[in-house]
Amino acid sequence: MARPIVEARGIHKHFGALHVLKGVDLEVAERELVFVIGPSGSGKSTLLRCLNRLEEPSSGSVVVDGIDMLDPKTDINRARQRIGMVFQSFNLYPHMTALGNVTLALRKVAGKSRVEAEALGRAALKRVGLADRAGHTPGQLSGGQQQRVAIARAIALEPRVMLFDEPTSALDPELVGSVLEVMCDLRESGMTMIVVSHEMGFARNAADRVIFMDHGLIVEQGPPVAIFENPSQERTRAFIGQIQRH
Amino acid sequence: MIETFLNPEIIAAIWPIVLAGLANTVLLSLIVVPLGLLGGLIVALLATVHHPLVRWPLMAWVDFFRAFPPLVLLVLLFAGLPFAGLELGGFACVAIAFFLNTGAYYGEILRAGIDSVPVGQIEAARSTGLNRLQAMGYIVLPQAVRNVLPDLLSNTLEVVKLTSLGSVVAVPELLFQARQAQSLTYSPTPIVLVAIVYFLILWPMVRLLSRLENRALASRR
Repeated sequence: MARPIVEARGIHKHFGALHVLKGVDLEVAERELVFVIGPSGSGKSTLLRCLNRLEEPSSGSVVVDGIDMLDPKTDINRARQRIGMVFQSFNLYPHMTALGNVTLALRKVAGKSRVEAEALGRAALKRVGLADRAGHTPGQLSGGQQQRVAIARAIALEPRVMLFDEPTSALDPELVGSVLEVMCDLRESGMTMIVVSHEMGFARNAADRVIFMDHGLIVEQGPPVAIFENPSQERTRAFIGQIQRH
Repeated sequence: MIETFLNPEIIAAIWPIVLAGLANTVLLSLIVVPLGLLGGLIVALLATVHHPLVRWPLMAWVDFFRAFPPLVLLVLLFAGLPFAGLELGGFACVAIAFFLNTGAYYGEILRAGIDSVPVGQIEAARSTGLNRLQAMGYIVLPQAVRNVLPDLLSNTLEVVKLTSLGSVVAVPELLFQARQAQSLTYSPTPIVLVAIVYFLILWPMVRLLSRLENRALASRR
C-alpha cells in the first residue's frame, strides 16, 4: 500500500460525559474511496469532523497529506484548504450566488484575484453539471443542485482529500442520483474520498473499502462485497440486515 | 386656536431657529447611530467569545447600561465628569452616553441575529479555510443583520427620538431650539412646529419598519 494520505491514530473524543470515539485508527491511501457505515450515534460523523479539526479530538493524532493537523503550530486554515468537506444539510451561503459560494474561499483564502477565482469557480460548477446556474442563489436551486454546488465549492480549492458527511441523506430520493453521479466522476478523476453514507448501491460499485463503526469503535472493515455479503461480526450482520430491509 | 398653536407670524420668525435645530438633530443622529452600532458590534462579537473572563464582565456591562436611564447617564456625564477634571461639551457627552446605552441595545439585537445563523454555516466556511473573523464577516454577519433588520431599524427609530435628550445638556438640537424660541415668543407654536417636524422625519422610517415587519411575518408563515 502506498503511503497513506490520511493517518489517524488512537482518536478519542469526549463530549462531556459522552465518550463518542474510543480509540479509532484510520488510514486512507491516495485515490482510495473509503465508505463509513454504522448506526446513528456510532461516531462516524465525529470521526470525519476530527480529520479536518472541525471537532477537536480529545486525544490521538491526525496527519493529512503529511501535515500534523493537531500541532498547534500548524496553520489550520491553510491545511483545511487541502481537505474538502460536504455536509448533509449542504450549508451553502444563502446570501450569495452559486458562483459566490464557490469563489469566496478562492479569493479570501487562496488569494486569487476576482477574475481568476471566477474562472476556477465556473470550471468547478461545470464539473458538477451546473455551469448554467452560476448566478442562482441557493434558494432558487433544488436540493440536489445545492449539494452539487457544495461539492463544487470544495473541489474548487483542489483538495487532496474529500470528506462527505451523509451527502444524500437530506435529499428527496429522485435527486440522490445526480449527486452520486458527481461523486462517481470525482472518484474516476482519482480523488481520495471518505464517505459517511448508507447508499449501499453506491458503496458496492465505487468503494474500495467499507468500514463498519459502532459505539465509537471500528468493528470491522474490508472490501464492500465481504462486508455486505459475508460480515464476520454479529453486529455488522445485524446492521446490514436492517438497512437492507429498508 | 391656530393663532395660538400654529401662529403663521411666529412660524415665519422662528423658522431659522428650528431649521438650525433640525440640522443638529440630523447631525447628532448621524453620529450617535453609527456609534451605537459600533458599540453593538463590539458587544455582539465579544458575546461570541465564551470564555468566562469575557462573558461575565460583558453581561454585567450590558445589563448595567440597559438598566441605567439614558437621561440620568447623560446628566451624570455632563455634570459629573468636570469634577473628574474632564470638561467635555454637551455634544461629546451625548455621543458617549449613546455609545454606552444604545450600544448595549444594538449589541443584544445583533447577538440574537448572530445566534439565528445556523452553526453549519460557520462550519462550512471554516472547512474551506476561512478563519474565524472571515467567517464572521463574510458569512455570519450579513445573514445576522438581515435576520434582525426590523429590530435594528426599530431601535434606530428610538435612538433618533432620544437625541432630544441632548436639549438637557444644551445641545442645540430640535427640542432645545424649540424651547429657546418658546421662551422668546411666549407661544406654544414652536413646540407644536417641532413636533410636526419630528413626525415628518420619523414617519417614513415607521412606514418602512411596518413593511419590513410584515414581510418578516409573511416569510415566517
